[in-house]
Amino acid sequence: MPKQPGGQRLRLPLEWLGILPFMIFAVLFLILPTMKIVIGAFQTADGSFTLQNLIDLNTDSIRSAYWTSLKLSFVTALLGCAIGFAMAAAVVFGGLPKGVRNPLVTFSGVASNFAGVPLAFAFIATLGPVGLVTVWLRTEFGINLRAMGFNLLSFWGLVITYLFFQIPLMILIIIPALDGLKREWREAAAVLGATGAQYWRMVALPILFPSLLGTFALLFANAFGAVATAFALTGPQLNIVPIKLFAQIRGDVLGNPNLGYALAFGMIVITALANFLYIWLRVRSERWLK
Amino acid sequence: MSFLTMTHLEKIFGQNRVVKDFSLSVEKGEFISLLGPSGCGKTTVLRMVAGFESPSAGGITIDGKDVTGLKANSRNIGMMFQAYALFPNMTVADNVAFGLKVKGAPKAERDARVAEMLALIGLADLGGRFPFQLSGGQQQRVALARALAPRPSVLLLDEPLSALDAKVRVSLRNQIRQIQQELGITTIFVTHDQEEAMSISDRIVVMNGGVADQVGAPFEIYNRPRTRFVANFVGTLNTFEVEVADPASGRVMLAGQGLTLPDAPLAARAGETLSVALRPEALRLGRLPDAEALLTAKVTDVHFMGSVIRLKADLAGAAVSLDTFNRPDTPPPVVGSEVEVSLSGRDFILLQA
Repeated sequence: MPKQPGGQRLRLPLEWLGILPFMIFAVLFLILPTMKIVIGAFQTADGSFTLQNLIDLNTDSIRSAYWTSLKLSFVTALLGCAIGFAMAAAVVFGGLPKGVRNPLVTFSGVASNFAGVPLAFAFIATLGPVGLVTVWLRTEFGINLRAMGFNLLSFWGLVITYLFFQIPLMILIIIPALDGLKREWREAAAVLGATGAQYWRMVALPILFPSLLGTFALLFANAFGAVATAFALTGPQLNIVPIKLFAQIRGDVLGNPNLGYALAFGMIVITALANFLYIWLRVRSERWLK
Repeated sequence: MSFLTMTHLEKIFGQNRVVKDFSLSVEKGEFISLLGPSGCGKTTVLRMVAGFESPSAGGITIDGKDVTGLKANSRNIGMMFQAYALFPNMTVADNVAFGLKVKGAPKAERDARVAEMLALIGLADLGGRFPFQLSGGQQQRVALARALAPRPSVLLLDEPLSALDAKVRVSLRNQIRQIQQELGITTIFVTHDQEEAMSISDRIVVMNGGVADQVGAPFEIYNRPRTRFVANFVGTLNTFEVEVADPASGRVMLAGQGLTLPDAPLAARAGETLSVALRPEALRLGRLPDAEALLTAKVTDVHFMGSVIRLKADLAGAAVSLDTFNRPDTPPPVVGSEVEVSLSGRDFILLQA
């Protein structure tokens, strides 16, 4: 192409300047580390290509860790969605005083970010072997949680602890979706003869389905990647993927960073699969939207 | 016995009495409009009939059955909403079939009724589309089909045309009226648009401050408004102060000229002043043989509206509007010119409350 006389002056794309810090941050702390993990999963310690790291994932201990992590994420996401939805629905439709909503949303904002050592300590101090609630139930009512099989430092203990941030996260995300249900839809359904249950089954839940699905995926990923709370609560004794991964890459002399990359690669694959499933279902359920 | 009755309805929200002692009887197949400004209580009355609000006092019957305590889903009512309210997750056909589906109608019956309803509204080919793929007018026609599909005994229309553009609004209101007459369904229409109410209603209820100020046919409401509010709210009105000359014969004086009002005998003494009003079309341009009085007005503004020309003028000390038909061979008066205006006493409306 012939060069135009005088040529065009190169314009600095100033409109992109605002998101430059975000792009730098994303490249440095998301894209590059992810690439390093993916590449590292297929490398030996000296940098040559290998599939051995992925083959090494197929051990009883690691398979069990993935299975426990999947179960934990699924159960806490499911319970978080169900309980959080019920609470949000009670606030939005249940006729509760308006004064309840703001404190609940504020608390949810705080609680959804309450994790790690403080959360673990809070639960040990209340539901641990000598926790306040444990002791109170035993001394006041003769209910011995431990004798009944409850142990905070176990799978179900971790489920209860995770729910402390999963339920508030669900509340924060689903309240705007519930607010988006138009009063006219409920009234139109009622005047056409529908009961409350029929309205929810045929109108409200199908409309909410994409939001519920998205929140479930988010809660699943939130639980799947959580390491600080799990480690602070149970130490290395609970066999879940993030703790195993932590053990491999923390620089321990017994660790194998490349096996750690393979573990992380497995987590990326599972999260990606969950997201693809979510996107596929969402597209199917949202075909009625623009 | 009337098909739909509302007897001494009251609705109180907190300290606010929104509807006060509202009574109305509607005959089977009648088209009634509740007309009034925002906050006059017309929508609240409609919502009480639908079952969305419980009356604080009074009762509602439909076809002789007391429905006051019944839930909305047990009243067999059809309703159109201002914002369409189509279910966005369902196709047009599924929306129309919804009422029959929840009542357990067999699929064959549902399909046949959906086809019948879509043909009725002229959208037979659009059953497979979703609401977002339709224009506002089409969505509202689907809402009408959905409301009619379960064969309701009463149809409620809550300002269903206000979200549409002017042309679609006129065409859809005519279609609603045509379908309503075809099916003979008793209909209550809430609107704040007087032209809309007058063009399609058998009777109009003009509401003000939670009460029915006047109930009557559109002709009666427009030409014989019973209160100052109705006179002002429905149509454009020119008001004058006249001096009573002879109460027994209804004779009054306006700008030194005598006129005979149709409401004789007048409830005023000779020499007192009365408030009277005239519609713009009752002020006739020119010197007409049947006129009782002839006044001169100074034109202050001219609005050409197509078939009608509306003039603003100073007449007998009042700023008035007067309408005259457009004639292609006669240009409208120019601003600042003086015109003769013919008046007849029989056209005057005596304003009471």
